[in-house]
Amino acid sequence: MEPDADTSTPGRITRDDVAYVARLARLNLTDFELDGFTGQLADVLDHAADIEALDLDGVAPTSHPLPLSNVFRADVPTVGPAEEANHRLFCDEVIAAAPAAEESRFRVPPVLGEAP
Amino acid sequence: MSALSLAGSVRSGERSARSIVEEHLAAIADGEGQIHAFNLVTADAALERADRVDDVVAQGGDPGLLAGVPVALKDNMCTRGVPTTCGSRILDGWRPPYDATVVERLDAAGAVIIGKTNMDEFAMGSSTENSAFGPTFNPRDTTRVPGGSSGGSAAAVAAGFTPLSLGSDTGGSIRQPAALCGVVGVKPTYGAVSRYGLVAFASSLDQIGPFARNVADAALLLEAVAGHDPLDSTSIPVSAPDLLGVLDRGVEGLRVGVIEEISGSGPTGLEGFAPDVQARLAEAAEALAAAGAVVEKASVPSTVFGLSAYYVIAPAEASSNLARFDGVRFGLRVDAENTVDMNAATRTAGFGDEVKRRIMLGTYALSAGYYDAYYGKSQKVRTLIVEDFARAYQSFDLLLSPTAPTTAFPIGEKVDDPMLMYLNDVCTIPSNLAGHPAMSVPFGVGDDGLPVGVQVLAPANGEPSMFRAAAVLEAAAGGSAGVAL
Amino acid sequence: MTSETVSEMDGWEVVIGLEVHAELATATKLFSGARNEFGGEPNTNIDPVSLGLPGSLPVLNEKAVELAIRVGLALNCSVQESEFARKNYFYPDMPKDFQISQFDQPINGEGWLELPDGRRIGIERAHLEEDTGKSTHVGGGGRIHEASYSLVDYNRAGVPLIEIVGKPDLRSGDDARAYVSELRSILVAIGASDGKMEEGSMRVDCNVSVRPVGEDELGTRCEVKNINSLRSLGRAVTYESRRQVDLITSGQKVDQQTRHWNEEDGRTHTLRSKEEAFDYRYFPEPDLVPVAPSAEWIDEIRAAMPLLPGERRHRLAEEAGIQPAAAALAVERGLDGLALASMDLGADPARVLVHVENNLADGQGALTADAFAALVSMETGGDLTATQAKTVLADLVDSGGDPAAVAATHGFETMDTSELEGFVDGLIAEHPDDWEAFVVGDEDERRKKSGFFVGQVMKATRGQADGRVVNEILERLAAGT
Repeated sequence: MEPDADTSTPGRITRDDVAYVARLARLNLTDFELDGFTGQLADVLDHAADIEALDLDGVAPTSHPLPLSNVFRADVPTVGPAEEANHRLFCDEVIAAAPAAEESRFRVPPVLGEAP
Repeated sequence: MSALSLAGSVRSGERSARSIVEEHLAAIADGEGQIHAFNLVTADAALERADRVDDVVAQGGDPGLLAGVPVALKDNMCTRGVPTTCGSRILDGWRPPYDATVVERLDAAGAVIIGKTNMDEFAMGSSTENSAFGPTFNPRDTTRVPGGSSGGSAAAVAAGFTPLSLGSDTGGSIRQPAALCGVVGVKPTYGAVSRYGLVAFASSLDQIGPFARNVADAALLLEAVAGHDPLDSTSIPVSAPDLLGVLDRGVEGLRVGVIEEISGSGPTGLEGFAPDVQARLAEAAEALAAAGAVVEKASVPSTVFGLSAYYVIAPAEASSNLARFDGVRFGLRVDAENTVDMNAATRTAGFGDEVKRRIMLGTYALSAGYYDAYYGKSQKVRTLIVEDFARAYQSFDLLLSPTAPTTAFPIGEKVDDPMLMYLNDVCTIPSNLAGHPAMSVPFGVGDDGLPVGVQVLAPANGEPSMFRAAAVLEAAAGGSAGVAL
Repeated sequence: MTSETVSEMDGWEVVIGLEVHAELATATKLFSGARNEFGGEPNTNIDPVSLGLPGSLPVLNEKAVELAIRVGLALNCSVQESEFARKNYFYPDMPKDFQISQFDQPINGEGWLELPDGRRIGIERAHLEEDTGKSTHVGGGGRIHEASYSLVDYNRAGVPLIEIVGKPDLRSGDDARAYVSELRSILVAIGASDGKMEEGSMRVDCNVSVRPVGEDELGTRCEVKNINSLRSLGRAVTYESRRQVDLITSGQKVDQQTRHWNEEDGRTHTLRSKEEAFDYRYFPEPDLVPVAPSAEWIDEIRAAMPLLPGERRHRLAEEAGIQPAAAALAVERGLDGLALASMDLGADPARVLVHVENNLADGQGALTADAFAALVSMETGGDLTATQAKTVLADLVDSGGDPAAVAATHGFETMDTSELEGFVDGLIAEHPDDWEAFVVGDEDERRKKSGFFVGQVMKATRGQADGRVVNEILERLAAGT
């Protein structure tokens, strides 16, 4: 890795980087896996480096393939009196499919800290 | 027999839906052991459904345009009460409490869902070797992969288990397996088919589309499932296009460009295209010219950067889309002392290596300090690709390329080299990045006797002319390319 | 607890910026048709979208956008084209493990809010986002760190929120309370939110830093969470600013932290430090498209907006000839309309405001502007004493009616002056020492003794005398001696 290279071209992904993103993504990796993934991710990112040659100044980013805007729904509940029975069934199915539930709520082990 | 004629025979009362479903269930019973196209065959539900279709016919009602026609669904489309796994252990046993919009549309059209097909885990792969439930084998040669990620849907149609199936295409996951299995596969315009109920891989790229053994059947299925859906904000606010009605119009006067950069024929383009694949492409171009199209070389320079942009954008979106598989509300849970550890234990046990690889890649590309270098730049490359296509479509109505660089490769050949596997998608990825429709049509075989697919690309909402060209290619290739039932 | 500020004590200035989350008063959630209702059986106001089930997709609630635009207009913000982004973090009450929020393109850009005292507090932005579910911690006395497990209810998940980010323009706990109180009045007035802090439909996070008076640079700030009432807000600011000053003056430094306000012990506690800061990996939400409200739509929303509390204060103040700040209570009680109408009918503005502030704390009830105006006129015309007017007013609020008739049922008839003079003469004769003290005493003494004589008169007349008139008689008699 070149020191103090242009900030737009980050250095090769390191083992520490992979360990950090694994933690962020809630994945446990063994040392062996960490080595393997580091090499594979570096290969893919090296391939992506061919973009470096492109002049992208003044190019707007595209995040939606279609030029749609203002797609709304009316503020009307989906479940009216006619759908009530089916909705009950839905709620029951959801709780029945939960890995753990109690009193119609999802049960989880201690959460340790407040939400960020 | 084609889906169109099957539906016609049910609608006219000539055949019962039950007999059609029974016939296909028998074919599955015969061949599934060699192919493993399905994660689940819903035989009982299919027979019940067929009986209801037959009841409607008996009572003189309209059973729908797909009356009694079996359709297989890729296992990433939610079916209420029916297991939906995405090829992953993390969803093993999960029964969605709701139906995807395509499932409701199929139901309304009288189709019979016959099962859920195998796939690369969360649609991440090009060979269907990344399924937690084992690989699918190519019906043309069971030592070869069927392509992916919709390999099960492609194989089920190629093997005659079903006349129709639905897949999803994020970077080529319908077109590439269609090419490798010798069937027709269509990725519609982004937003043409509702994604509601499709378990997301990369939201801005995913699109559901049909597999069929001929072009007309693919048109029939696409017409049935396309059209605006208020439950999907990215759904195009128009009704389904008329495709069957234009199939026989030919290509007289259409301007068709062969994309140099992704066919191995230009000086600046990508390499690695097999000569037999290039030869079939040249023949396909000649066939279109012979039918009256104006065929020329076309340049879409930024398509060569598609792969790089895709392997940042798709993993980035996936890393976020797949966060919800955390063991809290549904699916697998591996217990632990606290919720953080439980999340990690569950995801570690539930996801396969390719999924973990892409989640980490995407997490990295979005993380503080790297966003601009990777995600930001890739979104700009996406803009270049959109602009390049727009320029090309000023001169051409349609574009042409191979669907995949090679014919079906042996099982296990690329599974340990992610980058080599990703190169399978170089021809198909640009259409996903641009949101354009594209389809693969079988066009002869390679030196190994395995099918070659030709890709027809069109601008957004250009499905009608795309299907016209596909019909001409199909006729030139000698008609229906699938294995006869 | 006093609300004295640190700066008043020892030359430190407190700098406060608030982030207020308010639930929008829609019928359904921000991105789906599940109901937006407080309470309800656990996990019944849910659907695939608010549970984040695989395959579910968000579709934006138009009403929530309209309410957000109303908030923007009320806070003088620029209403602009906006996009949603995903804020990624794992937490069990966040069903998708990302929150759909607005990041670099909020629907409302910079604006300002005017406090009753006329100061303008800057608004950084006001954007839309979805709420989380709710966790109940079981065991360990319900405390999160000691619980043996937690239960999650997603009824609240996906409820639309507007997050209003204020600039660091506030300087004391009182400022902060005035800001939140004004903001709440605005949100309620425009129908955007019910503003109930106690039910959690309005939540306040408070950024506090301190610096020596005269210093321009901001000090290191701490964010204080879990503030559930206006009272807690004042207490939390006072505690936190003093904690920071104490740290600095004892040679330590303030660490950038998120802190948790504990209502019981009246302190803030470390929640996490800056080192544990989250990497949220924001990126544009691919399942939603941009929101680009047309000028016509914004104009339509603007035209339908009611008068805001600040505008109402100015209007009443102008009519009554007072400072806007003096009109604050009337507006807060929603009685400015009544006050204005009765003034239009000729009622004395000063008396009207005295009644509004002292005698109508529970609202106007059955009282009409006509009756109110007539009552005030009887009072200023000398037909009713202040005490009698208060009694009549209470009846009018309870059951309406005509003030003259109500006064008659109480037997209220003002005594004329000559009758009162008789009473006063008698009292002077009975209490010569008190009278002497009144005549020769200093100001203080005079006030005390006049109070004594007025009280005696009231007692003797059972409250029917007019205190002002009694005082006039006393003054006149003393001057004549």
